[in-house]
Amino acid sequence: MGITAWERMEIIRHKNRPTIRDYIPLIFKDFYELHGDRLFGDDHAIIGGIASFKEQPVTILAQVKGKNIDENKDSNFAMPHPEGYRKALRLAKQAEKFHRPVICFVDTPGAFCGIAAEERGQGEAIAKNLMEFFRLKTPVITIVLGEGGSGGALALGVCDELAMMENAVYSVISPRGCASILWKDASREKEAANILRITAKDLLDLGVAEEIIEEPAGGAHNNYGQAAENISDYLAGALGRLVDVPVDDLLANRYQKFRKIGEFSE
Amino acid sequence: MLEDLFKTVKSRFDTDPEHSKKSKVSIPSDLLFKCPRCGHVMFMEDFVGANKVCSECNYHARLSARERLNITIDKGSFVEYDADMVSANPISFENYEKKIEALQKKTGLKDAVITGECTIKTKPCVIAVMDSRFMMASMGSVVGEKISRAFERAAEKGLPVVIFTASGGARMQEGIVSLMQMAKTSAAVARHSDAGLLYITVLTDPTTGGVTASFASIGDIILAEPKVLVGFAGRRVIEGTIKQRLPDDFQSAEFLLQHGFVDMIVERQNMRRTLSKLLRHHGYVGTSK
Repeated sequence: MGITAWERMEIIRHKNRPTIRDYIPLIFKDFYELHGDRLFGDDHAIIGGIASFKEQPVTILAQVKGKNIDENKDSNFAMPHPEGYRKALRLAKQAEKFHRPVICFVDTPGAFCGIAAEERGQGEAIAKNLMEFFRLKTPVITIVLGEGGSGGALALGVCDELAMMENAVYSVISPRGCASILWKDASREKEAANILRITAKDLLDLGVAEEIIEEPAGGAHNNYGQAAENISDYLAGALGRLVDVPVDDLLANRYQKFRKIGEFSE
Repeated sequence: MLEDLFKTVKSRFDTDPEHSKKSKVSIPSDLLFKCPRCGHVMFMEDFVGANKVCSECNYHARLSARERLNITIDKGSFVEYDADMVSANPISFENYEKKIEALQKKTGLKDAVITGECTIKTKPCVIAVMDSRFMMASMGSVVGEKISRAFERAAEKGLPVVIFTASGGARMQEGIVSLMQMAKTSAAVARHSDAGLLYITVLTDPTTGGVTASFASIGDIILAEPKVLVGFAGRRVIEGTIKQRLPDDFQSAEFLLQHGFVDMIVERQNMRRTLSKLLRHHGYVGTSK
């Protein structure tokens, strides 16, 4: 340990940090991407589809970061519009119908903030996913690959198990946003990052995450294959723990996982 | 405020400092209300008499939770839930306890929401009212827990839930724990809904961020007061992204109605009757007195 939250943010912002597009062929077989929310369009910030994981069909939902300006333009820097969340929900329900586990990969600065996003109900789209994922009668596993940005991340984060990549962060507000509210000075984001408790270890301690997936020395960009193997090992274990749990228990446990979070006295 | 109105007169007096000092009349700050939407100035007495609605533009100004209960529910019917629940400091955020304590003193509230059971024109329901004076009614552990318990108790007792929302979003000072309250409350809404029970949301000024993106947007019926601000992202954030000024009605109740995210805009004076009739349409007839 001894690496600060800010240093981890620098690692996940490394230009060669693997994205979901790198991981899919290393972890899954025969991935077929499925498009569109059937209501408005196809958001490129979230991809979804079917693949097999060690012979087991699974549904993958993932936020897509790019590695260069063209890729990032196409995926809107992984900031989804409402139709992205609605596509994710459509494919999650499809997974439920065919008894496939759902595996979500979170990697987003947050849900997109813009006129079109408001017009099409960004708040409603996220809220609906939160509610519907609690009803989903199939296992859901979420892995935060890099950046878990607030409600835009949580919309793929209602799950039976949450795992964090070793250097990933998950936060209610970007350190930059926090600094600008707290000190009216966005440039103090480094300080904010270190007080918000956003690292994998913090989330484990706060009872929000269940597992930390180790990264190769220095960060996942140093060895894609090793990072992918660690994710595969985790997934194999998690699926083993979840696939045979009776649906009623699965849903009750999922409810309890979130129900118990909160600190207060009375 | 009154001084602004008579600026020209005042500046004339200002030329004679001696005179100015003698003629200074102390004006109580609560004598007048200036509408933040249209700038219209009303006597506070008239404004309060009109349930805090601007007589010029119909802006429905913010109410405290107690004021809201007073004009909405049957007198003497309120039984409060979890009145003593107070926040902890889950991520040891600097000065958070101090801030909470100061607000508790100032507002008389323990946190940003009041929940309980009541009747509205004799129809029973569980009610939650958020109060924007308390850290802009941001959602931390206490708001999340009280809202979740309200839905759970309503589900146990077969009661409908009515929530008056107002919020700046998730409470930053509680870090990731506050974000998880969005999931927790939405889960409680789902269970209540799966029991076949009614949930009515009333969006009031302002409802934004993590509350818009959780329990505020998933009511069976969503009402809003006229002209109130409702949205996901902050206006300034969007303006910063697109580098231009947004139209005035952006993220208003009327904007949401036009885009299909609100069922009805209801005037404050009609709210009690509307809620009562909607409860009745769902089979809650109440006890005749």
